[in-house]
Amino acid sequence: MKVHVQINLNGEPAEFLAEPRQTLLECLRDTLNLTGTKEGCGDGNCGSCSILLDGQLVNSCLILGVETQGQCVETVEGIAQGSTLHPLQKAFIDNAALQCGICTPGFLMASKALLAREPNPTEPQIRMWLANNLCRCTGYDKIVRAVQIAAAEMRAQ
Amino acid sequence: MSTTTHYNLIGTRPPRHDGADKVTGRALYGADLKMAGLLHGAILRSPHAHANIVSIDTTKASQHPECRAIVTAADFPAVAERIVDLGEGETPLSYIRGNVLASGKTLYQGHAVAGVAATSPQAASEIAALIEVVYAPLPCVLTAPTAMAPGAPLLHSDLRCLEFGEPTTAPSNVSNHFRQVMGDSEKAFAEADIIVERELTTSTVHQGYIEPHTVTALWNNDGRLLMWCSTQGSFVVRDTIACMLDLPVSRVRVTPMEIGGGFGGKIPLYGEPVAALLSKKTGHPVKITMTRREVLEGSGPTPGSFIRVKIGAKQDGTLVAAQAYLAYEAGAYPGAMVSPAATCVFAAYDIANQTIDGYDVVVNKPSTAPYRAPGAPNAAFATETVLDEIAQKLGMDPLELRLKNAAKEGTRRADGAKFRRIGCVEVLETMKAHPHYSAPLGEPSHQQAKRGRGVAIGFWMNAGLPSSCTLNVHIDGSVGLIEGSTDIGGSRTSIAMMAAEVLGLEAADMRPSVVDTDTIGYTGVTGGSRTTFSTGWAAHDAAQDVVKQMKERAAKLWKVEEVQFENGVFRAGEHRLSFKELAAKVGEIGAPVVGRAAVNPKGAGGSFAGVIVDVEVDMETGKTSILRFTAVQDAGKAIHPSYVEGQMQGGSVQGIGWALNEEYFMSPEGRMMNASFLDYRMPTALDVPMIDTAIVEVANPVHPYGVRGVGEANIVSPPAAIANAIHAATGLRMSHLPMNPPSVMAAILKV
Repeated sequence: MKVHVQINLNGEPAEFLAEPRQTLLECLRDTLNLTGTKEGCGDGNCGSCSILLDGQLVNSCLILGVETQGQCVETVEGIAQGSTLHPLQKAFIDNAALQCGICTPGFLMASKALLAREPNPTEPQIRMWLANNLCRCTGYDKIVRAVQIAAAEMRAQ
Repeated sequence: MSTTTHYNLIGTRPPRHDGADKVTGRALYGADLKMAGLLHGAILRSPHAHANIVSIDTTKASQHPECRAIVTAADFPAVAERIVDLGEGETPLSYIRGNVLASGKTLYQGHAVAGVAATSPQAASEIAALIEVVYAPLPCVLTAPTAMAPGAPLLHSDLRCLEFGEPTTAPSNVSNHFRQVMGDSEKAFAEADIIVERELTTSTVHQGYIEPHTVTALWNNDGRLLMWCSTQGSFVVRDTIACMLDLPVSRVRVTPMEIGGGFGGKIPLYGEPVAALLSKKTGHPVKITMTRREVLEGSGPTPGSFIRVKIGAKQDGTLVAAQAYLAYEAGAYPGAMVSPAATCVFAAYDIANQTIDGYDVVVNKPSTAPYRAPGAPNAAFATETVLDEIAQKLGMDPLELRLKNAAKEGTRRADGAKFRRIGCVEVLETMKAHPHYSAPLGEPSHQQAKRGRGVAIGFWMNAGLPSSCTLNVHIDGSVGLIEGSTDIGGSRTSIAMMAAEVLGLEAADMRPSVVDTDTIGYTGVTGGSRTTFSTGWAAHDAAQDVVKQMKERAAKLWKVEEVQFENGVFRAGEHRLSFKELAAKVGEIGAPVVGRAAVNPKGAGGSFAGVIVDVEVDMETGKTSILRFTAVQDAGKAIHPSYVEGQMQGGSVQGIGWALNEEYFMSPEGRMMNASFLDYRMPTALDVPMIDTAIVEVANPVHPYGVRGVGEANIVSPPAAIANAIHAATGLRMSHLPMNPPSVMAAILKV
């Protein structure tokens, strides 16, 4: 028996049918075709499926789709302004903060949540905030720097 | 240290061509693929580390309303046993098939036994659980020394040890014992002033790529098998699938999807043949995506090892003799990568007398796969900590001891190879001159903390292998670059830069595409640090082919015999046309310009790398923190320095994980007790500092741009350097990886 769910998805109203056992990650990827949100572990330990739920950073693999009734869901597909990349997206490209790119959507969402809360984070703050997101390619150095650069860019705007 | 050749584009940092797709979520990775009629697969895996399969009953499972097909090893087409070489050495076909679907016996917990296709992933898992398998459990062996002991349970009744190339008569868990000898190490030890001998062990660790293995297969109605994979080598998948399913390669087409990390672990096949068999049975496309638990339990980690290293030196620090005993755990099937370990164990040093024994040992753990410089970090952990001890006992600076004995052009290794121009000395000198090496350590953060600094170096020989490249010149002067190398870390762009440099274009003028196995010539795996070296070489040569054809077009246009091409401009007498201007006229002059090249180069020119690391050890908890980390590596020529730094930083942090936390924690019954990212603890952003890098450029003399691959050597020395830093801090010699808090605490309490 599927449940009819209505949410605000990346600023637009959206609706979908979800089995009660389906995670929000499965609903996003399989039902709503938003495959930018990635599954790395399915048990909340890698952060690749990070999204914002009513502005809160969550692992979408740990939320059921039916739980999101009436809430605002923001995914990596929603962070660019039309054809203009978000400063974080641009900073990740310009500063080689991705290699394979599978963790990148999760890092972007986590970084966006951080900068919404703390526009001028220190390196330890960035490292603490991003510690739920695993990256196996970069060693985190260029990710931390990209977040610092994007933060400065956003403060200047 | 830099070569003097002037380049326009090489050495700059243009943005990657796939950047926008990867930061917006549009890039299509394997699991993102959708198809009409898609079925979902699941794999039933063995709960036992070692068991005979008595029976498999699929009756109940096949009655599930969403079940569409079930396959087991019996569904492989019958073929006679034969030996195949698919790039990883000679292996019986039955072993390759056996790891994909167990036949008769399961050899590790997580070993695949059956595959299911169903209408949803959830149903597929439920159906797999309904398959009734009767197992007769057998005793298991989990480490090389226990598997080599007399009377150990045998994994394969038909496995005979190749003892110095000759098969032994009795079955064994040792598949190969080889020896490399140079000079007379016994005699030289007798003349040494100081000898240090140590036994060390390392745990099984996993590559830890964030994207689980995934494949979609469609056995099409024209008889062709179409595969969409997350793989490091589409041609390896094509050839292996064809071999396993007894098909001509022309029947198989493999399309590489974007790949979420590999590090060597996405070279072997797991679900791919199962998805193909399920698609053949159902007539539908079938997708199989592993869970994280399946990745850890059922794909290929890298070998744990037992190593004994003995090194003798003169009072002045000259190394005179070295012996190594390397016993590596292959997992369930032979192939522990102990041969590269033997190549690397003393490769950084000029030691005239060496004896190296290598043992490839099967154990009841997952069949191992390559992992970034496979075999070398284990070996360097031994050699580099023993050298640290020798330096300490001789009262020598550890870098001075290494510099005194460093391998250089002409130095011979025990495997017989003689080095051409290499950068071992330059890496060591860069480390010595680096401000980090002379910087103060700073005060410990609390009373029970101690600080220390360690160094180590490492080597990886890198690979060549075939690569192909096609360039299509478009009317606006842009160039489509067609290649077959999976792009795991920005190689589309570095390869495009190597073609653009020849053509006098910008990186943005290039349109690189990684295509399927029908569309490009044979290209080896993205592995062995070979992609920038080989595929880049092919791109360079293909660009030269383009220049040759463009010159012909210009000669025809200008009615001249000879045309020059320099700095992106074609010239003859008074005539001048830029590349783009000429490209716009090509259609008027004659046929389109399509450049092509294929290479199979030798002389990959190994890469040396080194680490300076500062640690703080908490003497109350045994926890080691990394305070400062500097990675140094010879890149030959850094095509895109950001990507070279990225390889160095990524390899360093994987090495930190290997050193301090990561291990397969096995129960005595052979169950992996930590099969999740919560308990298989890879470094997070919070666990590591910034990773400083120093790129050394000692040009590889054979390569058009002097490239040496940089993907792997960077992981070789971090565990040893961290062990040496822990010693500098605490006086403790660590002899086991990982050096996690319990292990360091045990060493502290033992004193």
